[in-house]
Amino acid sequence: MADFLMPALGADMDEGTLLEWLVKPGDEVRKGEVIAVVDTDKAAIEVESFAAGSIERLIVNPGETVPVGTLLATIAEHAAGEIAPEAPPASAAEKAPVAKKKSAAGKPAAKKRPAPAKRATEPPHLETSSPLIRHLAEELGVELDRVHGTGPGGAITRADVTAAASAAAQPQPEQPTRPRPAAAPPARQRVTPIARRLAAELGVDLSGVTGTGPGGTVREADVRQAAAVPAAAGTGTAGAARGAGADGPAASSAQARLLAMRQVTARLMARSKREIPHYYLSETIDLTRAMAWMHDRNRELEVTERIVPAALLLKAAAVAALRVPALNGFWVDDRFWPGEGVHLGVAISLRGGGLVTPAIRAAADLPPLELMSRLRDLVTRARTGRLRGSELTDATITVTNLGDQGVELVYGVIYPPQVALVGLGKVVERPVAVDGMVGARPVVTATLAADHRATDGYTGARFLSTMSELLQRPEEM
Amino acid sequence: MTTSVRPATHADAAHRLDLLRQMLFIRRFEEKCVELYSGGEIRGFVHLYIGEEAVAVGVNSALTPEDNIVSTYREHGHALVRGVPLDSVMAEMYGKITGCSHGRGGSMHLFDTSRRFYGGNAIVGGGLPLAVGIALADKMRGESRVTACFFGDGAVAEGEFHECMNLAALWELPVLFCCENNGYAMGTAIARAQAQTDLAVRASGYGMPAWPVDGMDVLAVERAAGLAAEAVRSGGGPHFLELRTYRFRAHSMYDPELYRNKDEVELWKERDPIAALTDQLRAAGELTESDLASVEDELATAITESVAAARSAPAEDVTTLEKFVYTPRQP
Amino acid sequence: MTVTEAGQIQTTYREAMRAAIRDAMQRDDRVFLMGEDVGSYGGCFAVSMGLLAEFGPERIRDTPLSESAFVGAGIGAAMAGMRPIVEIMTVNFSLLALDQILNNAATLLHMSGGQVGVPLVIRMTTGAGRQVAAQHSHSLEGWYTHIPGLRVVTPATLADARGMLWTALQDPDPVLIFEHGSLYNVKGMLAADAGPVDIDLAAIRRPGSDVSLIAYGGTLGKALSAAEVLAEDGIEAEVIDLRTLRPLDDAAIIGSVARTHRAVIVDEGWRSGSLAAEISARIMEQAFFDLDAPVQRVCSVEVPMPYPRHLEEAALPQVDGVVAAVRTVVG
Repeated sequence: MADFLMPALGADMDEGTLLEWLVKPGDEVRKGEVIAVVDTDKAAIEVESFAAGSIERLIVNPGETVPVGTLLATIAEHAAGEIAPEAPPASAAEKAPVAKKKSAAGKPAAKKRPAPAKRATEPPHLETSSPLIRHLAEELGVELDRVHGTGPGGAITRADVTAAASAAAQPQPEQPTRPRPAAAPPARQRVTPIARRLAAELGVDLSGVTGTGPGGTVREADVRQAAAVPAAAGTGTAGAARGAGADGPAASSAQARLLAMRQVTARLMARSKREIPHYYLSETIDLTRAMAWMHDRNRELEVTERIVPAALLLKAAAVAALRVPALNGFWVDDRFWPGEGVHLGVAISLRGGGLVTPAIRAAADLPPLELMSRLRDLVTRARTGRLRGSELTDATITVTNLGDQGVELVYGVIYPPQVALVGLGKVVERPVAVDGMVGARPVVTATLAADHRATDGYTGARFLSTMSELLQRPEEM
Repeated sequence: MTTSVRPATHADAAHRLDLLRQMLFIRRFEEKCVELYSGGEIRGFVHLYIGEEAVAVGVNSALTPEDNIVSTYREHGHALVRGVPLDSVMAEMYGKITGCSHGRGGSMHLFDTSRRFYGGNAIVGGGLPLAVGIALADKMRGESRVTACFFGDGAVAEGEFHECMNLAALWELPVLFCCENNGYAMGTAIARAQAQTDLAVRASGYGMPAWPVDGMDVLAVERAAGLAAEAVRSGGGPHFLELRTYRFRAHSMYDPELYRNKDEVELWKERDPIAALTDQLRAAGELTESDLASVEDELATAITESVAAARSAPAEDVTTLEKFVYTPRQP
Repeated sequence: MTVTEAGQIQTTYREAMRAAIRDAMQRDDRVFLMGEDVGSYGGCFAVSMGLLAEFGPERIRDTPLSESAFVGAGIGAAMAGMRPIVEIMTVNFSLLALDQILNNAATLLHMSGGQVGVPLVIRMTTGAGRQVAAQHSHSLEGWYTHIPGLRVVTPATLADARGMLWTALQDPDPVLIFEHGSLYNVKGMLAADAGPVDIDLAAIRRPGSDVSLIAYGGTLGKALSAAEVLAEDGIEAEVIDLRTLRPLDDAAIIGSVARTHRAVIVDEGWRSGSLAAEISARIMEQAFFDLDAPVQRVCSVEVPMPYPRHLEEAALPQVDGVVAAVRTVVG
């Protein structure tokens, strides 16, 4: 038994419509005999059998459209030799010349064979419509008499029939309506790609950067300028920020980025240690009350809003700076300039390396809860490169907290031209004797690195003791 | 013109049987292609040579293995009789790595430089300049090769045809131009496309010997090609054969054949070159039914095996997609 | 030609090309030159002047005006083992042979599954500047860079005019050499023993840190002049000579842009769908985050080349335009 499948009739054919069966069950077919007519997107095509035998079953009905490879019919194959194979071995002479009579007005069928070496081909004479065309016309309800043939010799083609069928009924397609012009997009800051990339890397808020390019475009140099300012706080060190990414050798861009940031920090810290006579003081502060107060507060707060000890320590540092103003400001031109308000710089390490120190403005005035949310916001934005330029330029005193790294004592390096840096370690439980009784209490060690040009140890000590006192009365902060 | 070669009736029976075998080889191969194409196993454009076999077999029979062949996109027959291995041709139809063009060409681009078969060119007329150049190289190096260049009647309307006729004649290059005039440039009958349908006349306008040949008679083709090839080889410059033939099937695998009527096709089928030679051999007592059966068996077996081999052959890994764009450089 | 004490000779681009052809003919007897008027006339641009007398008509081969046939013949001869240099008078005429260049030269290796290499060199003149109007002036080399399988080179210096041909002839694949018509009379010093040069890499013709000026062929000189003007204002332009247009030396282009953060491409082709567009796209793809200004292109105005001098000058990239484009990205 052989399967007769919907054939692939062209490079672009995926499915076909069975137009007509030219055989019925029981008919004998030869290999190569045309047994069906299939319609493709291009034309109706006669399809041959690849098996010899008798038609057993017709499965797909005329008019059905099926994918290539669908079973159309089954053929009971004959054993070899039962039916003569195709023409060649059988002598051509034995085959009666076919020369079918033409049905319509064609000329009588020529019986002579084509002359061997004369003109190869006469222009073909075509009937004005083939059976396939008639079939199609019938299906589409087109009267062929009314169709103008555009094929060779005026033959009616498939296209003529389909055109005639669709001509009358087709509604005119509507004119496509012109879409309304979209509302003008909101004005967007023009920033070059490298400037945008650099701003993210250096933690520069682009909204605070003034572009010097055409149409106010923010360019690479503008960002480098902005990035240099917070560290230098307007003291003429902007040029130091020109990173190696711009003019170094062919390091990868990520490496170049890190290198640039490292170099900025390097210059700054070297300058600090070169110029600033640091002195260091430290005090271990009992946090029993502060922690108890914090736990009480946290019971009332959502998990996401809960205060961490760092917030309290920052608040204490900020208030202490307010009360000891000699540590809150800048050493510039051989004199101390007090800061206008306490803007607490917070050192934040970036993922993948690097450090930024954005400031929480007016930190002393903020309740711990607010300070907490500012801190969270700042860390998030610092790590996604969304800091505002002003945040990077404002700090009057800086806090660096390495407690979460397990460090107990932090002897920091002052960010010039500030005059003090507060180091905070880890909150740990330590045995403490209070009123003759030894008990375990939570403590933290706060360290002050201060510029001896601006203050003396006495002032520094006052700062630390103020912090400690504040943390004993957390409810007042 | 026929005085210098022995008449066809003197060709020995074995040789004539071999010509028949070659024509059947092409026919059976392509019939299998139709089946495989219908089943969706091979795709793309597949142009069948059925009806025109006498041309490829007759011309090739007049060439030596040292000669060159440049062919068209209807070249299965040229490749097979040239000796491009059946398995590699079938695998090429499947686009497999074992194909004669590594699967990259498909039906229209069969190549085998080891047999001096320079392709399957699918730009009508595009192969002619290549044939001219190959012949130029041979001439410059004093080689005595003939380059046989096949093209259809459609190519005669192309500018490249006329440029090449002129250049080959001008430089007296050893090209045998074999125009397979099957009466149609795809669907356009020759009388609708050519002002002068006697194509040999046009070639002779370039000062090269040119004559028409009955392309349905393999012995006539062999005779004419033998004469022409000998003349070309002996320094007679390019020659032109107009081989008048007919394709029995559609231009490419299937088309509705609206451009010709069935009576015309049937008339030409009566001149089937395979049937004609079969009759002739039978009449001469040179062909028995068992001879024929054994040829058919041998071909059927080989073709079946080639299909099995092609099916199971590996497809090329897609990571090598960009191979064969530039020649690999030695580091 | 004067030999100086430093082992340098004074020569012209034309003479350097001629020396390259002579050198190739002497080194390898498979090499021959063919094209329109390359022999008796001495070459449309006098590049092959005198070579006919030196090498004879077999190897300095005048062709009829049949671009498709003789380019195709060059392909055929290359396939058959020769090393032809085909000269096409101008790139506009190459369109008559585009079929052969694309459908055969660039394609044969692939569609034959690696069997048929085409070690062919095609030289042609490109570009405007000589008031020869709209059918002899266009810069269409960018079109050819679209085609995989081809290598496209544009010698812009004497050393490259002298050295690229031999390397191109050694290449196993087709190489197109575009010679800008304005360069033939360029005079300069060249090492007396100048020899083959690579055809893979772009060259930095002038280092700079502020902007990458990317040019080739006929625009290189304009880019260098613009760089001089800019330097007076303290703007240091890095001038890159692409040398090879396909395959492009991405590393050189991207490396330069990564240093300068700005790019201006100077291309005599029309802007739409141009090589400049391709380079610009690659910069976007590979160096977007290094950019500090939009990439600028200085191309020909989109008009067929007019005849009058002032209009031709206005249609072409000029030094002023390059300087102005640089100022929009720097400053």
